[in-house]
Amino acid sequence: MLKINNLHARVEEKEILKGINLEVNAGEVHAIMGPNGSGKSTLASVIAGKEEFEVTRGKILFEGEDLDDTAPEERAHKGIFLSFQYPVEIPGVSVTNFIKTAINESRKARGMEDMPANQMLKKIREKSEMLDIDRKFLSRSLNEGFSGGEKKRNEIFQLAMLEPKLAILDETDSGLDIDALRIVANGVNKLRNKDNAVVVITHYQRLLEYIVPDFVHVLHDGKIVKSGGKELALELEEKGYDWVKQETVA
Amino acid sequence: MAYTEEELKKELETKEYEYGFYTDIESDTFPKGLSEEIVIAISKKKEEPEWMTQWRLESFRYWKEMVEPEWANIKYKKPDFQDISYYSAPNKKPKYNSLDEVDPELLETFKKLGISLDEQKKLAGVAVDIVMDSVSVTTTFKKTLAEKGIIFCSISEAIKEHPELVKKYIGSVVPQKDNFYAALNSAVFSDGSFCYIPKGVRCPMELSTYFRINQAGTGQFERTLVIADKGSYVSYLEGCTAPSRDENQLHAAVVELIALDDAEIKYSTVQNWFPGDKEGKGGVYNFVTKRGICEKNAKISWTQVETGSAITWKYPSCILKGDNSIGEFYSIAVTNNHQQADTGTKMVHLGKNTRSTIISKGISAGKSQNSYRGLVQVNSRAENARNFSQCDSLLMGNECGAHTFPYIEAKNKTAQIEHEATTSKIGEDQIFYCNQRGIDTEKAIALIVNGFSREVLNKLPMEFAVEAQKLLEISLEGSVG
Ligand SMILES: Nc1ncnc2c1ncn2[C@@H]1O[C@H](COP(=O)(O)OP(=O)(O)OP(=O)(O)O)[C@@H](O)[C@H]1O
Ligand SMILES: [Mg+2]
Repeated sequence: MLKINNLHARVEEKEILKGINLEVNAGEVHAIMGPNGSGKSTLASVIAGKEEFEVTRGKILFEGEDLDDTAPEERAHKGIFLSFQYPVEIPGVSVTNFIKTAINESRKARGMEDMPANQMLKKIREKSEMLDIDRKFLSRSLNEGFSGGEKKRNEIFQLAMLEPKLAILDETDSGLDIDALRIVANGVNKLRNKDNAVVVITHYQRLLEYIVPDFVHVLHDGKIVKSGGKELALELEEKGYDWVKQETVA
Repeated sequence: MAYTEEELKKELETKEYEYGFYTDIESDTFPKGLSEEIVIAISKKKEEPEWMTQWRLESFRYWKEMVEPEWANIKYKKPDFQDISYYSAPNKKPKYNSLDEVDPELLETFKKLGISLDEQKKLAGVAVDIVMDSVSVTTTFKKTLAEKGIIFCSISEAIKEHPELVKKYIGSVVPQKDNFYAALNSAVFSDGSFCYIPKGVRCPMELSTYFRINQAGTGQFERTLVIADKGSYVSYLEGCTAPSRDENQLHAAVVELIALDDAEIKYSTVQNWFPGDKEGKGGVYNFVTKRGICEKNAKISWTQVETGSAITWKYPSCILKGDNSIGEFYSIAVTNNHQQADTGTKMVHLGKNTRSTIISKGISAGKSQNSYRGLVQVNSRAENARNFSQCDSLLMGNECGAHTFPYIEAKNKTAQIEHEATTSKIGEDQIFYCNQRGIDTEKAIALIVNGFSREVLNKLPMEFAVEAQKLLEISLEGSVG
């Protein structure tokens, strides 16, 4: 589904991604871990098409197609979803209105009519129940005054509504309390099937106990320096990152 | 030179200006220029009584002694008042009994405007008095209104049919010599609407007027007078569109609202006049005087969405004369390209326990300038007056400007006045967030702007709110590079 070859990217004059290789297939869960500032969010943004970052070398293929000239909204239409580490506020735009617009824009891009109102409402009800979201919450302005945890839960609500092929979750666990973490993780699991894939970026083993990864990758200084199975996450928790850093130098 | 279907389609596609068409109807236009003779001729043409002619002449004499105001934060080439034609009316009979009698081309224009009368009639709750090039052509729903004793007609008709009301109230809120444009309007006003709601009557439908400027080089001078008698209620909608023209068009309207004891008037405007092209050529000059007076326990709300005009100079105001009266002003002003807007409000607190609320949302894009100018005045006699003002500006790009000029004059120590102001920019991160959810940049901006304007849009009647949202979208199209 997603194939990244020798990806280099920079912002202004600073090189942040220095040759990333990654392959994610349908039905898989990948975890990306790594120290602060190693380039995890940058990688996510580059996959999503943020223009601030310049791809200087390498390629991103999504379902066999080179994404080089693809605008961020088109990538979204193709089925790429990013749950942001820091979701932004849009004052005056309700969660409902926002998600309705997002869904209908994607449908329009696929040559479909707007989703009928009753279908939309039914879906909203279903997904908000699944994530234990109070309906009153949905009429509030998007992310405005939301607590850290509410913002993250709202990201996953949008994920559930949009049902993308590839979901990248950038530190969705940070800010969630223990119960919320379980609810959100269960929500993600329910959405999983053999045709979609999940990339979770996290610092903690805890989330991975719920969303069990098939592969774990360690990103350090813009490169994936180690990959392994789910045990790698446990090993990291125990030994810290110095261990992988040293291994790469050696 | 009527447009063909194809040409019209093309024009709508380019959306340079959604309603950019022009109807070629024979019309009866006065020679350019202004003098006492012209003023008298206008009055005669309209078959007005002598007192009206004299009132116009008096206004004209005041106007001659006045100079154009300079203080607004706007720059423009002053109109040449001798180069304007002051009267133009569709040439055929000015009044029609049924639609069949109406010039088919005129009907075609209505259709293009999306206000086919047939549809309008069916649409529950909206009565339309269409002001087409200065003369009211047709009025619908009159009967339903008449049953309740409501008078809703053109001002010319009111002058003839209800002289006692017109004589009593015209110029009572905006005196002839109030300002340069008001004086000019008083001398030459062509037509406009008149509305009277009797004591204790709640007007059962939104009253609405569509204005349209349609004659090359014809200044339009509308006069609106709304009187809500004791304990009555009315919601009045005013919407404007104009064809795109190559030369500047002057519009100097006067609107007077009178809310007697316990009455309430809601006056909503969606204004969409031609703003000029990308270089700022053409476009309507909009110099409007709007003012309302509240007697005891009365309430007046002004809600406006301003997206058009090359230049807008407009301050809907409330004089809170009666004790416990309430004045409200909700405004969205959008400027793009080279547009300039200087708008705001005046709240004059004269009575005790008077309250006013001002919510102003300014959106600037392109090279435009958007100024808010507000005055809150509390008279020495106005015990416990309260005002809350909030002015928010949203900037798009680095070449536009937003300016806020709040003036406060409080002569009574019990006054409570609060003012809040914010300026924000649409952030790259907000746009990327929307993009990531499949919303393209143009739509993202529309969404963010709508959110920013929400508080004001919510004050508009439903149908108007939808229209206003579309207008916001259209007027900001192409404003991001
Ligand atoms: N727009 C930018 N301008 C300059 N530097 C940037 C920009 N965006 C990211 N960086 C830098 O790139 C590096 C990688 O940042 P990134 O946000 O990808 O890290 P991360 O791995 O997600 O870290 P964390 O675990 O703290 O979320 C950091 O040093 C950061 O300061
Ligand atoms: Mg990060």
